[in-house]
Amino acid sequence: MEVIFVLIAVSLVLAVTFLVLFFRAMKDGQFDDSYTPSVRILFENQPKKIIKDQPKKSKSYE
Amino acid sequence: MRANLPVKAQEKCYHCGEDCTTDSLVFDEKFFCCQGCKLVYEVLSQNDLCNYYAIESAPGKSQKQASGLKNRFDYLDDVDVANKLLDFKNETESHVTFYIPLIHCASCIWLLENLFQINSSINGSRVDFVKKKVQIKFLNKKISLKEVVKLLSTLGYEPKINLADLDKKDGHSIDRKTLTKLGVAGFCFGNMMLFSMPEYFSEAKLLGEGFKGLFDYLNVVLSLPIVFYAASDYYVSAWNSIRQKKINMDVPIVLGIIAFFLYSLWEIFMQGNAGYMDSLGGLLFFLLLGKVYQQKTFATLEFDRDYKAYFPIAVTKLVKEREEVIPLIKLQVGDVILVRDEELIPADSLLLSERAHIDYSFVTGEELPVPKQKGELIYAGGRQKGDPILLTVQKSPSQGYLTDLWNNDSFEKENKRLLEPLANRISGVFTWTVLTIAVAAFAYWIGKDVPLAVKAFTTVLIVACPCALSMSTPFTLGNTLRIFGKGKFYLKNAAVVERLALIDTVVFDKTGTLTDPGKAKIDYFGEDLSSESRQILKALVERSTHPLSNRINLWLENTTSITLENPTEIKGKGLVGTYKGQEFKLGSADFVQVNNRVDVPTGNLVYFAVEGVVLGYFHIQSTLREGAAAIVSQLGQNLDLHVLSGDHGHEEESLSKALKGEVSYHFNQSPVDKLNYLKSLNQQGKNSLMIGDGLNDAGALQESQVGVAITDRVSHFSPASDAILDADSFAKIPAFLAFARDSRKIIKASFGLSFLYNIVGLSLAVQGLLSPVLCAILMPVSSISVVIFTTLVTNFMGVRKGLIHLNKA
Repeated sequence: MEVIFVLIAVSLVLAVTFLVLFFRAMKDGQFDDSYTPSVRILFENQPKKIIKDQPKKSKSYE
Repeated sequence: MRANLPVKAQEKCYHCGEDCTTDSLVFDEKFFCCQGCKLVYEVLSQNDLCNYYAIESAPGKSQKQASGLKNRFDYLDDVDVANKLLDFKNETESHVTFYIPLIHCASCIWLLENLFQINSSINGSRVDFVKKKVQIKFLNKKISLKEVVKLLSTLGYEPKINLADLDKKDGHSIDRKTLTKLGVAGFCFGNMMLFSMPEYFSEAKLLGEGFKGLFDYLNVVLSLPIVFYAASDYYVSAWNSIRQKKINMDVPIVLGIIAFFLYSLWEIFMQGNAGYMDSLGGLLFFLLLGKVYQQKTFATLEFDRDYKAYFPIAVTKLVKEREEVIPLIKLQVGDVILVRDEELIPADSLLLSERAHIDYSFVTGEELPVPKQKGELIYAGGRQKGDPILLTVQKSPSQGYLTDLWNNDSFEKENKRLLEPLANRISGVFTWTVLTIAVAAFAYWIGKDVPLAVKAFTTVLIVACPCALSMSTPFTLGNTLRIFGKGKFYLKNAAVVERLALIDTVVFDKTGTLTDPGKAKIDYFGEDLSSESRQILKALVERSTHPLSNRINLWLENTTSITLENPTEIKGKGLVGTYKGQEFKLGSADFVQVNNRVDVPTGNLVYFAVEGVVLGYFHIQSTLREGAAAIVSQLGQNLDLHVLSGDHGHEEESLSKALKGEVSYHFNQSPVDKLNYLKSLNQQGKNSLMIGDGLNDAGALQESQVGVAITDRVSHFSPASDAILDADSFAKIPAFLAFARDSRKIIKASFGLSFLYNIVGLSLAVQGLLSPVLCAILMPVSSISVVIFTTLVTNFMGVRKGLIHLNKA
């Protein structure tokens, strides 16, 4: 039965981890705007870095 | 965009989707309605950003009206102004957030987040679609703030920058704080429930004393963040209210929290029992949940706007014959300023130019531009129509005829007489009753059993903790707020609902509120118009943005225009154009040179003439908003109605004829008169609802118990108010008021429900029978059932009042 002590410790550590993650998400502003990301994710974006570093080439976007 | 399609097949502008008129432009095999739209397309195609047009078709906004002034952003070079606008600045990078009202579709988001592809000095940008804001990060060594704004402006996304932006930064930190507290409370509550489970099922004994002690101590540890962090707002609020010698809802809550915590500590450490820590966690979690629910706000709307949000941020000042764009805050009395077509007069000034046409439509509701002669005083807030004018500033922008309203005492928030929320009023009685019962129980048991007396005393406080009671208000009001929002009636906060329920007097502004600025009755008198002259009329009025031209244009309905030779608009006078060698004129009597003028009591006359011969005239009168008469007769049944108007008294006859019922009319009211009228209503103890639209109503809106600003476009400027009503929903005002009253009844009913729980709980508590298990069941059941009850009933009422439509596709 002593294993329950370990399990309780594990479960608390897990729960605290989630709480910390929640704090981090809050700080990053994940809960400030709940609409725009849903649109943003549908854009076929090129990775920003590559475009910034390369000279511009003409591409067709359709 | 007009709804009626022309018979002739016409190309739509590739950028903005408007019909391309005769002078359309072709570029890249695509049609454009104007140079501006073509320019935006060119910029985008050069930068491989034509995906903009792939996401949504014709996502742009017509650039016809765009101001082409080169130096209008010069004020952004001013270091003070720039620093106030920037969110962040270091040696290389600056961050700035702009409000761009035009953001309306996915293409907008895409383009604004790809700004870095157009200019490599921009590091990145992020759009908040709901708030219509974009945050841009740029290298301040390579590109200036002014150039960033210019870039946005060339793309058709001109940011709206006004004085108010300089004074304050919007703070989302309050909302984040409550959410964080909710997170902490949820975490602690959830874990406490897990550790308390064995207790409920008597499993703790099986596990042995060691485990039971561990679980209880863990609960104590977990309760600490709840008591000392998550509940902190309640302590502050309760303390403030006690210091003002009042008892608000938070006082009994704090009493309950303290009783819960201390008694549980005593139980756990002294008695070796389980305590009530899990119920304490649940209590705070549900309370905070209600708080977050109530905090719903309409992010794009601003309710606290004063004149600063209306006036421009910069003005063109003349210094030694040279134009200089300076920030408005640096404008001084005696400065000579230049105001161009469509620009606002920023301060009360004397006119130096020969004449001006000032559009006061937003300030006073006066629809037509007012002609002014040299030497006349022009009040701030008007908009010049026509040629640029010169003015000398007479008063600083904050001291003007209109802006002075904001210096009135009414704008000192503390002075505003507000109704006490229902919950606070009963909580005084409630707290004293509970304390009396607790003391009585203690007194009863003390002679027989001392520990039982202590137990009875504390458990009475614990059980009576008005969790359900204090949750019924936020959930009912929060839900009402949402339902109103669906009906395009946006309240500043949930407390407005309760005030709205107690309204006994309604004050209407006339122009722009009861009357519809966009709608008019048009009568044509004179010779019948041939289809050809209708086409000529159409061609003339299409060129003009003057309100009267717009109305005649609507009156002409589906007529198609024909090409005229040099059609021109003479601002403030009329329109002229030549067709088949004949000169056609449309405009004022002076302009058309009418000999025998017609006299009408109200409204405006527009004459139509060919080669100096008058064919006829249009009589254009403003009309009541749709449903205005019905609202007045409906509200008049049980409310006092008043109409305040800045117009002359001769309107009263026609108005009282159109509006049935008992209404007291007051004409010739200046902005300050309106404010004082509301003040006198307040002194009579009336609960007034003021409905107005313009800057001149700002004082009255502020002074009233509930001020409602009515607007055709909610994202545009509206004066400070408690609520913003979309003009489309004007006819629903009686339904909104009735619904607010229903919400109040629902709160009362749920109070009754939670009193029932309290009676059951208290009757157990005074006998000293309350156990942790019972408490753990009673607390959540009472809270949740109250929440379910209020939510269901408000939605049901919303459906019955026609504010929610069930079969919405």
